[in-house]
Amino acid sequence: MASLRLQALVAVLVAAVLGLTLSLPWLKTPVLLALSNGLAVLGVIVLIRAGQVSFGHAMFACLAGYTVAALGRGWHLDALLLIALGTAGAALAGAVIGVFMVRYRGIFFGMLNLAFSMVLFSVLGKFGGVTGGTDGLRFDRPGFGFVVMEREGFETALLVLALALAVLAGWAVQRYFASVNGQALAAIKTNETRLEYLGISAKRVFWGGYVLSATLCGLGGSLFALTQGLVTPDMGYWVRSGEVVFIAILGGAGHALGAFIGAFVFEFVKLYAAALLTGAWQMALGLVLIVMVFVAPTGIFGLMERRLRGQGVRA
Amino acid sequence: MSSSSAPQGLLSTRGLSLKFGGVVAADAIDFDLMPGERLAVVGQNGAGKTTFINICTGYLQADGGQVFFDGAEVTGQSPRAITRRGVGRSFQLPQVFTEHTVRECLLLAASSVHRRGGGFWRPLAQAVDADEVDATLELLQLHTRAHDLAGALPEGQRKLLDVAMALVLKPKLMIMDEPTSGVSTDEKHGLMAVLMKALDERQVTSIFVEHDIDIVRRYATRLAAWIAGRIAADGAPDEVLRDPVVIKNVIGE
Repeated sequence: MASLRLQALVAVLVAAVLGLTLSLPWLKTPVLLALSNGLAVLGVIVLIRAGQVSFGHAMFACLAGYTVAALGRGWHLDALLLIALGTAGAALAGAVIGVFMVRYRGIFFGMLNLAFSMVLFSVLGKFGGVTGGTDGLRFDRPGFGFVVMEREGFETALLVLALALAVLAGWAVQRYFASVNGQALAAIKTNETRLEYLGISAKRVFWGGYVLSATLCGLGGSLFALTQGLVTPDMGYWVRSGEVVFIAILGGAGHALGAFIGAFVFEFVKLYAAALLTGAWQMALGLVLIVMVFVAPTGIFGLMERRLRGQGVRA
Repeated sequence: MSSSSAPQGLLSTRGLSLKFGGVVAADAIDFDLMPGERLAVVGQNGAGKTTFINICTGYLQADGGQVFFDGAEVTGQSPRAITRRGVGRSFQLPQVFTEHTVRECLLLAASSVHRRGGGFWRPLAQAVDADEVDATLELLQLHTRAHDLAGALPEGQRKLLDVAMALVLKPKLMIMDEPTSGVSTDEKHGLMAVLMKALDERQVTSIFVEHDIDIVRRYATRLAAWIAGRIAADGAPDEVLRDPVVIKNVIGE
């Protein structure tokens, strides 16, 4: 693998995002949303490695978001601590829910995740006293690294942090994919029977992947909540879960970088489509996905990968 | 029957029974395999050969009876637990990781026995004993295909890979379900020669299901003939092949 080219590409992309965002401040919010979305997509990509698609993973982003909002309101904790606690909350939920999920595959796995996420969605909407109901929870901008900042400084700091976390998480996930557990996870997709006959527990391997995916969704959700200063049950609505899967396919599920490329394309297509085709932006996104499925079933990253490897387009 | 006195065989069964609806797939089978034997299993389709293997390796639960391996009762244990005790298995339809390369398949297999820690972080290739993997690739003549996808292999090599993945676990017993099925007649003997040489070199006791009587004669030290969920004849291959019941019901004519 031409990992040097890949590293160079990542460096160029990071520099471009930083440079553009710092010179055009209006970009901060969409870029932050793209990065937090990208982290959640990364979580879904982990499961796609095992050939499994979840239609409920927004629940982990949502759980993390509510953790951040509740602790931010109640205890006025620091943003860094809020991110850590929100992510840990999602990881814990993933560890518990994962125990049930690892028994299911295919459509049952996808639907069971959806069911869990809809339970969470209704609970958040119904118990208004605690969760703020459908209006959600608003919280004041916390300190960042024990420094109290104005909105602009806070957003810049959050952006740099999100970018660093995205690079770190992407690298760690690629590392995991190459590890013993990551390779066994990929083998769940092709042959669980053989895994068992090698003395490897497919369920335990899958559980590890599930917890990792929930953690990444939680990290994304925590950043999302801090970007908005508001969380609503919509964060965990099934349409959001579907969006995350959509972005994974758009960007390419074969590599961590695909998650972020997809998330950026999604965010900006949505932004411009909403401005140009008010009320019909979903149509633009739908068309983009249809074209992608026909032209590049391995996503945008799949298209780039051939060039990264220094090969021409193979027939 | 008490499990306190385990039978002496490497693999033994006592009173193993299983019915599928009205069909008797295993009919109170008592069986002992001694270390060092090379047992061929013959029988018509539906005689219960694969069922017997599936029960012994934990894939199916018997209605009754016991399975012992290497001095311990393993009745009802999972395939994973039985594999960890030292039973390797290959399948009639090879069970390989089609989207991994041949070498990755073996690395992953090897990782289950000699992982050097760091299961989530260290690259697979560094987490296992690569020498062992490469030696096994060479032994089963798969080294030239090491970097091809397992799913792209022709059937004969896929069969070899299926055995290689079990062999790299260093099993005490290898059970092979029709290792030469789906392979042309010309290739069968070459395939068996490679497999048997590998098993000899690693000193692994083996069971193989086989329909080709020439191959049975040539490679087996013992032969068991299955008829309707029972072992109808069991002994030296030449004797079993002269048995009129076996000639009538198994070999045909």
